Amino acid sequence: MTDASPTQATKPNTVVKPNPIISFEKITKRFGKTVAVDNVSLQIQEGEFFALLGPSGCGKTTLLRMLAGFETPSEGRILIDGKDIAPLPPNKRPVNMVFQSYAVFPHMKVSENVAYGLKMDGVAGSEIKTRVAEALELVKLDGYGDRMPDQLSGGQRQRVALARALVKRPRVLLLDEPLSALDAKLRDQMRSELTSLQEKVGITFIMVTHDQDEALAIATRCAVMNRGVLTQVATPADLYEFPNSRFVADFVGSVNMFEGVLEKDEPNEAQVRCAEIAAPVYLDHGVTGARGSTVWVALRPEKIEMHKRGEGSEAPKMEDAPAGANVVPGTIRDIVYLGSETIFEIELEGGRRVKTFRSNLTRYDQEDFTWDEPVWLAWHACSPAVLLS
Amino acid sequence: MASPFKREKPGPLEYMRQWPLRLIVGSTLVFLYLPLITLMVFSFNDSRRNIVWQGFTFKYYEKALTNDSLIQAFVNSLTIAFFCTIISVILGALAAVMLWRFRFPGKTAVEGSMALPIVVPEICMGVAMLVFFARVFPWPTGLPWPLNLGAITIAHISFAFPFVATVVRARLSSFNRELEEAAKDLGASEWRTFWDVLVPHMKPGLIAGALLAFTLSLDDFVITFFTAGPDTVTFPVKVYSMLRFAVTPEVNAASTILIVVTVVLTAVGLHLQNQNNSKESKA
Repeated sequence: MTDASPTQATKPNTVVKPNPIISFEKITKRFGKTVAVDNVSLQIQEGEFFALLGPSGCGKTTLLRMLAGFETPSEGRILIDGKDIAPLPPNKRPVNMVFQSYAVFPHMKVSENVAYGLKMDGVAGSEIKTRVAEALELVKLDGYGDRMPDQLSGGQRQRVALARALVKRPRVLLLDEPLSALDAKLRDQMRSELTSLQEKVGITFIMVTHDQDEALAIATRCAVMNRGVLTQVATPADLYEFPNSRFVADFVGSVNMFEGVLEKDEPNEAQVRCAEIAAPVYLDHGVTGARGSTVWVALRPEKIEMHKRGEGSEAPKMEDAPAGANVVPGTIRDIVYLGSETIFEIELEGGRRVKTFRSNLTRYDQEDFTWDEPVWLAWHACSPAVLLS
Repeated sequence: MASPFKREKPGPLEYMRQWPLRLIVGSTLVFLYLPLITLMVFSFNDSRRNIVWQGFTFKYYEKALTNDSLIQAFVNSLTIAFFCTIISVILGALAAVMLWRFRFPGKTAVEGSMALPIVVPEICMGVAMLVFFARVFPWPTGLPWPLNLGAITIAHISFAFPFVATVVRARLSSFNRELEEAAKDLGASEWRTFWDVLVPHMKPGLIAGALLAFTLSLDDFVITFFTAGPDTVTFPVKVYSMLRFAVTPEVNAASTILIVVTVVLTAVGLHLQNQNNSKESKA
């Protein structure tokens, strides 16, 4: 199994300089007896769009708030540009935050909201004016300067919050669940706007989210957290294709997970026997685990092929696996038609149900299979991810 | 089909169009306002005894407005109410912010003891104030106006500021903590954050609290009666002493003026508060 080393940004227009702008060094945060963040060490490079991903209560927001200065780490250090920021109060840190509720000041005009941070810094009046105008243009709110926040929609208020933070030209912009309060359509639009905004201003963005789609779509690199512990740090693609644990495989995307025993482990092939799958699971790469140890096989639904299984038909042969491996019989038990694709739930012989997606490539594809139809499920030798923990 | 000449029958939930509720609402209004209206009407009565309607006159308004001791009492009342309002609002707001913001040992006890002046019977408060100013903290007599009103003002503050604190505390519970963090994040100090974010949010509460403190102080009788001296008569105390001689329309006239002042001030205050609320409810 490839040890997913964090490759640099994979998105075209993002310039990532290999210069750690932020490093968390063995950060631990306790609230009374509960450990919110547990010994997290993490480096974020300049120019990244970094996502902290995890279920609610995993400590990702606490990590962000420690960076902004609203919480103090119980142990460890946080460095920005190599300098320990522990002694700095929130109002002296070179970071700015876009809050989950946007926190736009309700009694100030849009332009006053955006100008607030500059006023606090003692920037000259004429410069404030031009910079506010620039910032409003950047978030496409030019002409809205004289409005009150109650005259804006939720999406517009978020843009005010963005402009208000960006106008200060921070080293790092922090975003706390930036898209969670928007409706689905607006969320998609804002997603791509955030990406292009980040490319335009070239500031390092750090986003907290519980939505794995959001993280995969926007971020150049993601850190997955679970119960205060950093589970995996990788690019979105590595996170999805090469998860390092059951938690990550299950949290990011949808997955079929099987417990099994490692039967064979060579440098260029391996085999796992799972109680719930009739056929052995063959892999075209090594796993580096002790033979006979318990492992988990994670198989993404879209990586499973489905073939018709007529009366007495022979199992299809996967060309990259030995005969009989990576192919199992089953019966369709449930069909969920989603338009672009269809989700099938297939019952294997032992009773275990497996999910598979099938793209509807033509307008009649959805008619190919029906309820209670016998099928073969097959997958390539490079598709399953074997997880040791 | 509903004909244009016949009114539609009220729906099952349109209680205001059915007679039982109308009766209750109507009689409630009568009981609430009939005494006040009677008082106002009889302030125009052209009769010394003020028992039977004798005819319309402004005479007693003239008399009231030229009664120096009554005017002096009215000015005293307004002055006390003014200072009481300012100090109560400051104290009450600070107490509310403290109770909202901090956790400290004995917080519940502090919160409870602050509500005490609200629940303790006024007569007890009055006696307590009398004893306090007689034994513990004698207010020097013979001070020039308005310093001679100090004792009464202090007494009024002591029962008015818990009301302010309660109102402001309620307002603060709807405050979005992220606003405060946003201000700090943008570079504001603790002090600036307080003035730029917290105070604007508290404003409706401050206005409502000020209004309460003002009216409570203006019309307080019991506690004032125990703390007032011969040269520090307030309006309600003066009206009471006038009543002991005779119920003349002059008393009615004076009371009507007080009612009008209170109602106008309340209306202004509520209007200001509504403006603020409607602005924010949308935000």
